[in-house]
Amino acid sequence: MRSTAWNDEENKVLPEMALDFMPEEKLRDLQLQRMRATVKLAYEKVPLFRSRMDEKGLKPEDIKTLKDVAKLPFTMKKDLRDTYPYGLFAVDLSEVVRLHASSGTTGKPIVVGYTKEDMDVWAQVVKRGLLACGFRSTDIVQNFYGYGLFTGGLGIHGGFEALGATVIPISGGNTERQVMLMKDFGVTAVGGTPSYFVRIIDVAEKMGVNIRDLKVKRGIFGAEPWSDGMRDYIEEKTGIKAYDIYGLSEIVGPGVGCECECRDGIHIFEDHFYPEIVDPETLEPLPDGEEGELVLSTLSKKAMPIIRYRTRDITAIEKTKCKCGRTIRRIRRIGRRSDDMIIMRGVNVFPSQIETALLRAEKALPHYQIVLDTKNNMDTLEVKVEVSRDMVSDSMSAMEQLNKKFKHSIEQILGISVIVTLCEPDSLPRSEGKAKRVIDNRKKM
Amino acid sequence: MKIPQVSVFVSNRPGRLQAVCRSLADAGVNLLSLTLADSGEFGLIRLIVSDPEKAVDVLAKAGLSATITDVVACPVNAAIGGLAELLSTAVGSQQIDYMYAYPSTLNGSNIMILRFQDVDKAIEALKATNFKAISKEELLG
Repeated sequence: MRSTAWNDEENKVLPEMALDFMPEEKLRDLQLQRMRATVKLAYEKVPLFRSRMDEKGLKPEDIKTLKDVAKLPFTMKKDLRDTYPYGLFAVDLSEVVRLHASSGTTGKPIVVGYTKEDMDVWAQVVKRGLLACGFRSTDIVQNFYGYGLFTGGLGIHGGFEALGATVIPISGGNTERQVMLMKDFGVTAVGGTPSYFVRIIDVAEKMGVNIRDLKVKRGIFGAEPWSDGMRDYIEEKTGIKAYDIYGLSEIVGPGVGCECECRDGIHIFEDHFYPEIVDPETLEPLPDGEEGELVLSTLSKKAMPIIRYRTRDITAIEKTKCKCGRTIRRIRRIGRRSDDMIIMRGVNVFPSQIETALLRAEKALPHYQIVLDTKNNMDTLEVKVEVSRDMVSDSMSAMEQLNKKFKHSIEQILGISVIVTLCEPDSLPRSEGKAKRVIDNRKKM
Repeated sequence: MKIPQVSVFVSNRPGRLQAVCRSLADAGVNLLSLTLADSGEFGLIRLIVSDPEKAVDVLAKAGLSATITDVVACPVNAAIGGLAELLSTAVGSQQIDYMYAYPSTLNGSNIMILRFQDVDKAIEALKATNFKAISKEELLG
């Protein structure tokens, strides 16, 4: 099963990676066994799950094959809010060694918990992802994911430590210091949100530091959807290789899946997480290869087993085997979330489309923000674009031309008219973590 | 014969001009000329300064995007018809994107700043006339 590409000196299948290459039949057996145990645990310990099973007249024993998983009730984000803070925990709090929570921009946050064993699994899946992307124990890693309640920072941190790399837990913010340490500490790899790394690239440029001249060779990025265009931009600017790690707090945090050196989709760590694709409207399971909403179940989580969680991420499970030889299946990189979708005069718009349009127009990735508003009873979509030094001209008509070029490129992709406003650099708000891309000021009818 | 002109992109709102002038002043860059062009949402501030490269760096540090373009400074007779005289030469048939008057005089002549579409061709055209473009050293000091 293993491709020769992974058995040469450069790309050895290390013992820690063996689980990624498990024979498929064995993997399905393991998944079924773990799924049954998880359903049993949740049924016995989580009242909400038990009542939903009872409503359907289902018993844990009814799950006899992996096909039966489709019978199980879904879990939604709302369920985590409604049971705030500990309602979905399946163990006594004395066994919980870590809590994380979402930022909770609206109302109560969602809370997730981990046992000691859950923490070990989490560190191991992140480590497997890092290994698949070529990170090694010899790396000196700058981790600018936010540390704290957000699962990103400490989640990736655990993986780096399990790998045995030298971790710099710098967290987000203080961008000039990020650049200084990257240089002075001889950083060889980085981790964080892609939008913040783009910011680091900008600031480094301003400071006269070319990241190409530093020792940084690779980066692991996640926590927000990012386009292939953004990856090209990062790689061309810095000479590093940029890899995508996937995860969500409700399931474990980063490390649900990760790319490998082939960068042809995200391998889900299927021995711990069970992926399905469903039609977002009918909720019927879709076969591999078809696009729909990703639904995930935890297979080994003890503190908070989650069955059939609707991620809102739109993707497909790849039908073909990856060239790397891993038997764990891949999902397509997440380009869009059904949550991020803007419905504009009846047209579906995703921020990633605007990103693609901007890259197409200028071959650069300016910072941008989408503002939705209602003017004269008409919904308007405005794209604010920061003008970098490379884009400035002394000619007014050239600046107006630039504006038109962005507008035209966006309208061509979206098929609706938009307003483009050129803004000064650094004038659009940024969080040090995830980029806030959409502001909706529309009047609700 | 080319004069480096600094163009700064700014949002069209109060206080932006002040930010530009303040950061240049603090860095010891002398403003020799300033003109403004605006288009509703944003504006371009065109500057002739004592140290253009330094100005661009200082502005970048202040979070402003700026660029340098070559323009031509040409003395014209302060008497009636001075500019008409210049434009009736081969220079006048060049494509001029914009022009403005420089605020000080040189040896009794007014100074016009001209932005040609093709600066090299314009300088060639100028050489065949009685007008002599002012050098960077002469203008910036």
